[in-house]
Amino acid sequence: MEAYERVAASRAKGRPTGLCYIQNIFTDFMEMHGDRRFGDDAAIVSGIARLYEMPVTVIAQEKGSTTKDKVRRNFGSAHPEGYRKALRQMKLAEKFGRPVICFVDTAGAFCGISAEERGEGQSIAENLMEMMALKTPIISIFIGEGGSGGALGLAVADEVWMLENAYYSVISPEGCASILWKDSSKVKEASQALRLTADDLLQFHAIERVIPEPKDFSDFSDVYESIKAGLYKSLQQKLSEDETELLQKRYGRFRKFGADTYITVKQNTTNHVN
Amino acid sequence: MKLPKSLFQKPENPLEWYDSHIKNSMPDIPDQMCISCAKCKAILLTGDLNENARVCPKCGYHFRMNARQRIGLITDNDSFKEMNGNMRSKNIIGFPNYDKKLWHARLASGENEAVVCGTAKIGGYSCCLFVMESNFMMGSMGTVVGEKITRLFEYATKHSLPVIGFTVSGGARMQEGILSLMQMAKTSAAVKRHSDGGNLYTAVLTDPTTGGVTASFAMEADVIIAEPGALIGFAGPRVIEQNMHQKLPPNFQTAEFLLEKGFVDDIVPRKQQKEYLTRLLSLHQRRPEHGSV
Repeated sequence: MEAYERVAASRAKGRPTGLCYIQNIFTDFMEMHGDRRFGDDAAIVSGIARLYEMPVTVIAQEKGSTTKDKVRRNFGSAHPEGYRKALRQMKLAEKFGRPVICFVDTAGAFCGISAEERGEGQSIAENLMEMMALKTPIISIFIGEGGSGGALGLAVADEVWMLENAYYSVISPEGCASILWKDSSKVKEASQALRLTADDLLQFHAIERVIPEPKDFSDFSDVYESIKAGLYKSLQQKLSEDETELLQKRYGRFRKFGADTYITVKQNTTNHVN
Repeated sequence: MKLPKSLFQKPENPLEWYDSHIKNSMPDIPDQMCISCAKCKAILLTGDLNENARVCPKCGYHFRMNARQRIGLITDNDSFKEMNGNMRSKNIIGFPNYDKKLWHARLASGENEAVVCGTAKIGGYSCCLFVMESNFMMGSMGTVVGEKITRLFEYATKHSLPVIGFTVSGGARMQEGILSLMQMAKTSAAVKRHSDGGNLYTAVLTDPTTGGVTASFAMEADVIIAEPGALIGFAGPRVIEQNMHQKLPPNFQTAEFLLEKGFVDDIVPRKQQKEYLTRLLSLHQRRPEHGSV
């Protein structure tokens, strides 16, 4: 399948959204609202649940189902209060020794006046920093769109898994096409160039696992089953690990990107301090 | 008679391209005598402007400044020692035309990459310093920028040194795909370790600081100051305008706007920054762990 076909599939109508995964994988889900600072962002759903008998913290970006619901959830594009709510839940997970599971599905963090006023950049930055040091296991699963910083804000994890037709990219293919070729219709070329499919990302070691998808959205039960079993096994193993070791591995997971993919030149730059 | 189209096309000679395009847009060209202030429209002599730290003497507008000029302005004489200055990016994911773009960026900036890192003294105090370079692909963060900044923070953590960082960036560099996005997490990890070691990190946000840099190390500092009038934000103003279908308020995403909203500690004009940073470093000198100095 071409890269753009996958991008289209990740956005397709009827594709299961974050709440479907929560309902089908966990039991006893209790939703927890609000960031305790400004408000409750419906673009991110968070709470406590059980994975088999194991208490876990679940956080999911939710695009919504009906038109009204989609508008209420801002189509899954979170404001700063969404990221702050997620972080608050993660801190509680750390306190009570629960692992954290994040479902990522967003075209990107919200681009608008309200988000900028309340510090969209700052809220994502804080998540990146705090998640890196969170003393409990984190697994992030990309179930649809993985748009840039807005996705990364929930994806500083010990492992990142991806559905076969999900994508994860530094910029949307449309954005890339309009900047690069001044022509937003060149999304196919841009999708190809950005190397944003699950297979590409596996090659770059940006993700650990690809989850196969059925052709039809009406039956995702195999996907839920495989995620459920996979999560349980991985989390049990991670919970038994030493905290320091877990954090060291998480640091190493991100430290490796670009650590040896550069050219060393003999000469320094031509400019000098005046 | 129909003339061939190529007759009017410029030859693909990068040096020629450099002359006509880049030189004119470079901020400090010796043969360009005058420059008009973007704010008050006053005509200024380039030499005078450079003498005045590239601040308009008439209205105080802060022109962009390249990394080396800034290092000269901020650090004590001859104290700056560059680290990892010989690292260059390569086209890791095979992105179209990226090699050519890097080549132009090196010519336009005279730098190997979009950030200059090293150790320095400011007002006599030792610190680690990074200064981003707007003339190199608008300071975009690729793997080398991320790696250099990460190494700087790791060095500073090891030697218990404060870090001062000047940011200017359009965000993550899309030509390196997911690997540049990962630099946001990588740099944040290094900042966190530096912070947990009890060390000071101060960011100076300059025009423009946006995207992935705002959403990572620019906003993670203990003390965040900004230059007057600097554009600072997550999404670029044009993207927001298109997205919202409405005009943006006049001071939206300026340093002054961020101060009002509580996201920066202060706005410090360029010529006062050295004194400001010296005082800040002085107040954060770590007490010796055993006995007295």
